[in-house]
Amino acid sequence: MEKKRFPHFILIIGALSVFVSVPMAFGLSDVYKGNIYQTGTLKPMDSKLKVKVGDPTPHFTLPAISGEKISLGQYRGKKNVVLSFVPAAWTPVCSDQWPGYNIAKDIFSQYDAVLLGITVDNIPTLFAWTNQMDQLWFPVLSDFWPHGAVAKRYGVLRSDGVSERALFVIDKKGFIRYIDVHDINKRPPLEDLMSALEKLK
Amino acid sequence: MKRVGEIQILFAVMTIFFIGLTGAALAANKPPQKGEGLPVINLPVPKNPDEKTYLGLSGIGFFKIPQIKTSAVIVEIFSMYCPYCQKDAPGVNELYRLIENNPDIKNKIKIIGIGAGNSSYEVEVFKKTYNVPFPLFPDKDFTIHKACGEVRTPYFIVVKINEDGTHQIVHTQLGGYPGAEPFLELVLKASGLK
Repeated sequence: MEKKRFPHFILIIGALSVFVSVPMAFGLSDVYKGNIYQTGTLKPMDSKLKVKVGDPTPHFTLPAISGEKISLGQYRGKKNVVLSFVPAAWTPVCSDQWPGYNIAKDIFSQYDAVLLGITVDNIPTLFAWTNQMDQLWFPVLSDFWPHGAVAKRYGVLRSDGVSERALFVIDKKGFIRYIDVHDINKRPPLEDLMSALEKLK
Repeated sequence: MKRVGEIQILFAVMTIFFIGLTGAALAANKPPQKGEGLPVINLPVPKNPDEKTYLGLSGIGFFKIPQIKTSAVIVEIFSMYCPYCQKDAPGVNELYRLIENNPDIKNKIKIIGIGAGNSSYEVEVFKKTYNVPFPLFPDKDFTIHKACGEVRTPYFIVVKINEDGTHQIVHTQLGGYPGAEPFLELVLKASGLK
């Protein structure tokens, strides 16, 4: 009997070693040093969309870290809008995503688009986190209270209370033209978003 | 029962083999060290003729860093999504200009950047935003980044290339870019060019 247990033991150790060696290749910037909470690999998606391409966008007003209140309606007829929901401050992929958008302002402008960053974190947390990203050119909005209400209206609130990593492109008439509810563990390629904006021209 | 035993032994052998592979992957998780050689990194020969000339390459296909026609190569592992890489970009450009404007070292030190997890499009955004004058290469699926021990960014590796084609890493550095002049001084000393 002992002889049979040995291969099982090796098998278990081998299987466990796979999980130990899974790399976490986001949130790499040394700017965050030890301040990024490693979430591990999460269920890629954990919500059901409540809107679809072609729908009029749900409206909302949320507080920004600047102290202003931002309403989606203020851009109607003036600008295309990109909503970037990210799950949580101080987590690996999220901490990468917006700094990249921060150097792409010209490209957003080229498509006459504004970007609104949204998380379910509260304002003080968002303030501290985004301070690590230099000066972001776009508003960062808090969907903290009622908790995740806007994410819920779009159908991107996960069962654990954070949002999906989701992008919505809304045209000047207020219609949704692109949705990418991305695998929460991965960063959406910038070119996919830009190609969606290109189609609005 | 004998059959079951054979299957278990087969599983055990396969698992031991797999543990070996995992161990190799873990070994690659160690950043490249001074005195060692570079991990295997295949980069595409740039299509841009100026970049091709800068690196002393010809033809098409792939090349390895020690094939660059120079005495030392500064490799910066960066990401367009990394705030420190963004902040350091003008300073690294200045390093390029210091080298290119000095006839004594112009052809002896080259700089390349590798965008960890960045697509070609994303690397181009970084290049255009900061007017990066040296070649940048995408590493969209993190292949090179993994081979380099999944270092944080920006990460600098200085490689000395010997006349016989051999090479060794003479300096590595995570962040802490001190500015163009001090870093050039460091590179010159580490690579034996001064």
